[in-house]
Amino acid sequence: MNIKEITKFLSEYDGSELSFMEVCGTHTAAISESGIPSLLSSKIKLISGPGCPVCVTVASYIDRLCSLALEENVCIVTFGDLIRVPGSSSSLQEVKSNGGKIKMVYSPFEIIDLAKNNPATIYIFAAVGFETTTPIYAVLLEKIEKENIKNIKFLTALKTMPSAIESICKTSGKIDGFIAPGNVSVITGSDEFKPLAEKYNIPFAVSGFKAEELLSSIYALIKLHGKGKVINLYKSAVTDSGNEKAKTLVNKYFEPCDAVWRGIGEIKNSGMMLKKEYLAYDAGSSQLTQDNVKNNSCRCGEIITGSASPHKCPLFSKLCTPENPQGTCMVSNEGTCFNYYINNRG
Amino acid sequence: MKITLAHGSGGKSTTQLINSVFAKHFSNPILNMMEDSAVVDGSSKIAVTTDSFVVTPLVFKGGDIGRLSVCGTINDLLMRGAVPKYITSAFIIEEGADSELLEQIAKSMAQTANEAGVTVICGDTKVIEGNAGIYINTTGVGFVKESTDIVSTNLREGDAIVVSGNIGDHHAAILSARMGIENNIESDNAPLGEMVHKMLKNGIELHCMRDVTRGGLGTVLNELASASKVNIELIEENIPVNSEVKAFAKILGLDILHMGNEGKLVAIMPKAQAEKALDIIRKCRYGENAQIIGEVKHGKGVTLITPIGGKRQVNVLYGEGLPRIC
Repeated sequence: MNIKEITKFLSEYDGSELSFMEVCGTHTAAISESGIPSLLSSKIKLISGPGCPVCVTVASYIDRLCSLALEENVCIVTFGDLIRVPGSSSSLQEVKSNGGKIKMVYSPFEIIDLAKNNPATIYIFAAVGFETTTPIYAVLLEKIEKENIKNIKFLTALKTMPSAIESICKTSGKIDGFIAPGNVSVITGSDEFKPLAEKYNIPFAVSGFKAEELLSSIYALIKLHGKGKVINLYKSAVTDSGNEKAKTLVNKYFEPCDAVWRGIGEIKNSGMMLKKEYLAYDAGSSQLTQDNVKNNSCRCGEIITGSASPHKCPLFSKLCTPENPQGTCMVSNEGTCFNYYINNRG
Repeated sequence: MKITLAHGSGGKSTTQLINSVFAKHFSNPILNMMEDSAVVDGSSKIAVTTDSFVVTPLVFKGGDIGRLSVCGTINDLLMRGAVPKYITSAFIIEEGADSELLEQIAKSMAQTANEAGVTVICGDTKVIEGNAGIYINTTGVGFVKESTDIVSTNLREGDAIVVSGNIGDHHAAILSARMGIENNIESDNAPLGEMVHKMLKNGIELHCMRDVTRGGLGTVLNELASASKVNIELIEENIPVNSEVKAFAKILGLDILHMGNEGKLVAIMPKAQAEKALDIIRKCRYGENAQIIGEVKHGKGVTLITPIGGKRQVNVLYGEGLPRIC
């Protein structure tokens, strides 16, 4: 089948109602950008999952960054997305306007020059991310160790996907298939999802990010409906077993831990933290489990697990907008609510 | 020479700086009178606009803050169908700025003003404490024909949307410079007088024009759709983008539709005249990549038809996320 025929099939599909979850935030953004929802039959629903690292970061982590930014001789180094995430009382952006020292970077490696040029300042990297980003922090740690740089630390809130997806399989019961996260799969390999597929009898399609690749993945999930199979449609980048070198380096510095996901709560074995012998590089990442959301009506937790669509949240597009986000899903350009809002997705 | 607070004192050093930099490059009979204000010939209908320029770096691939400060203001005049005539130039200079760089910027401003056919008729120089920054404010004055009516509320169903060339170039060039990324992307900062004048001269019934600056095409078109209470439908495949800019945007996760330019316009006219307008723009300097990118329809907002035939809403840019680019 060529892509035209696949598109026609998906728009004319008249079988049983199906819900597929795209786990990864980059997929959520790509789906919205390419207008895929407008091409699908009303019987195919796409649900956005918990795959935006900013969206699953708990309030106490943001609060800790905010208080560190106000300490003397400390500077927080972060990706741009995190700056606007509301903590329990304020965001990094608000703290910055009150004199907090926060530096936005495009690459974590920029922290090396910052630290070398200003040895009296301690630079703390706000290390959030999934399996895709953790290897970058591991490479950075290796470099810091090698160059014996003493004024760089990490505040980590690293997450891993399989346990989070399993918790959705257990609680939701409404998902007929997963568009597996493409970038994460580059590191983990497509086999990572096999145990889940088999245990819960749900198909997984590992997908690239082009519109055509996503359409093919949705088509594959329909064809595999009810089967516990993993299909890799992103073979140009993803192998069965993943990137062993990256995994080895990650395991040198980090170890699995339980993690709290914003709006969801604790998921066993769903995070990574620095190993004991590297705790000198840690800026106090453990015990950041409190998740006092800014607005109690916020339904981010249900939205990122696919139990509710953004339109079901009483704050969505009213009190909660990209200019004034109440919850994390409205902050990041990979967040579910942000994408539904700016692309008017139904 | 490093500029010091003395150069802003109003005394001898100020005069020396003005003579050696500004009077030298902006010289014309009106400015040379060095009066407290310029008295100039006028018109019954004038267009006036002002803009401040705070871009870093001061010099970038394809331009500098001087050229930008003329283009930005002149283009705003042109978008109302005005013929730009005069421009003012106010510099705020932080101590420590290099006088050679200042002269380079002033020279570039003079050249651009000359290219755009405007005269620098007055100016001001202040020096403040700081870290060698240079900021420029320009005010532009243009003459408007009595019958000209080019405003954002004029869009009508069936009108065509024409963009004068590749979008996102200035944004990508500035960002590349700031991030130290080596590539071939150049800012498109340019005065757009030739294409505007030729469209008007050839009888194109221009309903509205806008230059596509900060906020990008998506923001600009949303403003127009809202002002005219219409929907604008864009065909993604027809929107011209330089392939290197496209790749750059992809890597950084930027939406091309929200990236700014400093030398591109959108023109809206009845569909029947769109091909003629396109032909005129493409023959002008800075217009070779012009395209018809969409159409005005009944409804509201801006809709994008994607290459796979999907439909999505295009919204205005939210937040800034990135440092200022102009």
